[in-house]
Amino acid sequence: MKFEPTPATDAIGKLVQEFAKLPGIGPKSAQRITFYLLRSNEEQAKALAEALLSLKQRINLCSICCNVTESDPCPLCQNPQREVSQVCIVEQPQDIIALEHTGVYKGLYHVLHGAISPTEGVGASDIRIKEMLARLQNNTVKEVILATNTNMEGEQTAMYLSRVITPLGIKVTRLARGLPFGTELEYADDVTLTRALEGRSEF
Amino acid sequence: MSDPREYKTEAIVIRKTKLGEADSILTFFTPHLGKIQGFARSLRKPKSKMAGHLEMLTHSTVAFSRGRNLDTITGAQTVNAFVPLKNDLWLTSCGLYIAELVNQFTAEHQENYSLFQLTIETLQRLCQENNKELTLRYFELHLLDSAGYRPQLRECVACHKALEPVVNAFSAAAGGMLCPACSPLSQSFSYPLSVNAQKVLRLLQGEDYTNASRVKIDEELARELESVLSGYLKHLLEREVKSAAWLETLREQLHLKNI
Repeated sequence: MKFEPTPATDAIGKLVQEFAKLPGIGPKSAQRITFYLLRSNEEQAKALAEALLSLKQRINLCSICCNVTESDPCPLCQNPQREVSQVCIVEQPQDIIALEHTGVYKGLYHVLHGAISPTEGVGASDIRIKEMLARLQNNTVKEVILATNTNMEGEQTAMYLSRVITPLGIKVTRLARGLPFGTELEYADDVTLTRALEGRSEF
Repeated sequence: MSDPREYKTEAIVIRKTKLGEADSILTFFTPHLGKIQGFARSLRKPKSKMAGHLEMLTHSTVAFSRGRNLDTITGAQTVNAFVPLKNDLWLTSCGLYIAELVNQFTAEHQENYSLFQLTIETLQRLCQENNKELTLRYFELHLLDSAGYRPQLRECVACHKALEPVVNAFSAAAGGMLCPACSPLSQSFSYPLSVNAQKVLRLLQGEDYTNASRVKIDEELARELESVLSGYLKHLLEREVKSAAWLETLREQLHLKNI
């Protein structure tokens, strides 16, 4: 049977279209979710609608670290327990969640919201570098940890930041790059192996 | 004869786009298949075995399995990772510039062995040699050659007389030089070029790299050569070369340059 797209005029069609715009959801999944919600009770639909609205209305960027937050400054920046002399620079808010999950890092963060990508036309002024440099002016930060991705965009961003920050007299460090946990050596590439050898530590 | 279901080729990664949660679509430039695209499943997961072998500007042997729309990448092994290139901000940016030009000037499945060779050699030279500025200009001129846009640098494109050693003008629209008599008559914009700039361009176009790279150029001449060629490339592509803007930013902000 041929799949006929639902017309966007009625309530069902409209919702199907909206769901289909979400990442990873095709027209069939969108239909399934819509009909699931149609069958479910009103409270569930209301809760979903309210959660969606408050996401857009209450979430802003932290004026200090540019992380997504409900309060400004964000809980991380407000927390007196955090080490203010260390700032860890990440590409996106999800990276903070991953780093916080380890429970090892006690310093502050800064979210760039992207990485420099010359071939896609994303330059230094398109991501939140200016905000970060402003933060470094008042001399409380002693170390900047570059935690951008280890792909080409992330590496470029890290190299650029180190060029910009080092002249300010602040220590710049980069997350260790080497072999990921749980992989096999034989599949490692040259760049990773070179760096793993360079960064080897006493055992 | 039908195509085999699986095939293997050497390739340079010239573009990478994200797809879905952890997949990627890669664009390769290959010696005998020209520009091709491939789908790499789970490439962005930390445990991906191929990720390091399929990073931008990596020369690898890549295995594909034919798919309905896109061929799926089933394996990859690095031939040359150009490590020095990737450890330097300026060189990486130069490399990305080269990749963008190759991507723009080639069509899919059009074999262009000499351009593949040129690209590999250029990335190699960026890793080794001192004359980075000339390396880039040499690449641009020979890229134009193999794409069929070789600029005419020896005679006037309007009156076909040999050029005198005076300031002549380069017209991107006409695809070559105009003598002082013809350039005012030309409708399109033309760019006056010093005698030295003309000499260097002719040298780079005509000689092989070993001979051409012996020439010494100063900063002013380097900027002149760069702007005339980038103007021509922009005219042909009818759009900005995005990574060229980034090179410009690096030069202005951090005073990085080709030394």
